[in-house]
Amino acid sequence: MAFTLYSLIQTAILCINAVAVLHEERFLSKFGWGVDQGVGGFGDDPGVKAQILTLIRSVRTVMRVPLIIVNAACIVLLLLFG
Amino acid sequence: MDYTATQSGFRQQPDMRLRNSSVDGTDGSQLFEDTSAAASGSQTGYSNQQAGLQAAGFPSLSDPMSNLAMAYGSSLASQGREMVDKNLDRFIPISKLKYYFAVDTVYVGKKLGLLVFPYMHENWEVSYQQDTPVAPRFDVNAPDLYIPAMGFITYILVAGLALGTQNKFSPELLGVQASSALVWLIMEVLAVLLSLYLVTVNTDLTTIDLLAFSGYKYVGMIVGVVAGLLFGKPAYYLSLLWCCAAIFVFMIRTLRLKLLSEAAAEGRLVRGARNQLRMYLTMSIAAAQPIFMYWLTYHLIR
Repeated sequence: MAFTLYSLIQTAILCINAVAVLHEERFLSKFGWGVDQGVGGFGDDPGVKAQILTLIRSVRTVMRVPLIIVNAACIVLLLLFG
Repeated sequence: MDYTATQSGFRQQPDMRLRNSSVDGTDGSQLFEDTSAAASGSQTGYSNQQAGLQAAGFPSLSDPMSNLAMAYGSSLASQGREMVDKNLDRFIPISKLKYYFAVDTVYVGKKLGLLVFPYMHENWEVSYQQDTPVAPRFDVNAPDLYIPAMGFITYILVAGLALGTQNKFSPELLGVQASSALVWLIMEVLAVLLSLYLVTVNTDLTTIDLLAFSGYKYVGMIVGVVAGLLFGKPAYYLSLLWCCAAIFVFMIRTLRLKLLSEAAAEGRLVRGARNQLRMYLTMSIAAAQPIFMYWLTYHLIR
């Protein structure tokens, strides 16, 4: 299987885009994965579900602006160079 | 004779200046500091070599302008080196990396033996020295980056050799193999980091430690491929099976101490969902190693 570093970068961009697109109200709350529904326990055991929800929220918050820049650059480069 | 006399007479001046600046330069720079015991011997060797080169190369040493230019050039070079060191240290933590390369031959020999035959080793704990882990030179259980780095490069060369015996070799193929193995390594380290975050394990495993543990499987892969090249397909399967079992046991015994709680690591059964999850995590990290070992080598032995 010939993977290159370029395909790794492509995979990373696509995956982060996929995580950033999950909308809070329209989608995640319907599954019981909203912001207020996950973080219950304040012990020393947050649990896997709470960690996943925290991860999704933090990716959305942190990567919003860099994703805009990276996606715009990708679109321009793909239009110019195919 | 006159010519050599005048040349040796003028040789003294620029030598002294250059020797001073070169010694200062190697003292200040962190990248090329020698961690073995023969540090002073290597430094004087370096400055002698530079002085010899100096005397052989330059035509006119009598010109004060060229002396000035040489002094200015050497000071500019040392300034540039300082700037590069300072900026490089911001991106790649050089001092932390130096810990992982502080190895010697005895350690490498013992560690390679441990990777292939971990069944007799009893004490798997990393010894500490006032809160910092001891350098790999003094403790056979400490992770290092020398064996994984050398193993990776050797794996690429052995893969090129194996592909050559199948008449499929071309120089681009080496680059393809290298980037492919690197991508799998990065993905494995990222997957392990993600699963460690999800299970909220309080551990002192750093990313570089995980990189080191993931790189230990290259030793087994190289043994398998070389056995397959020398003795044929059954030897490849047998040695790969042996090395897979060895790496599995090695990873479980090493990770058990770092990931599980103290009681569970000693072998007592501890109930609780969290410990069970951690046990599953350890088992899956250890089980991923043989899978990768087979995946990255089966196309080399046909």
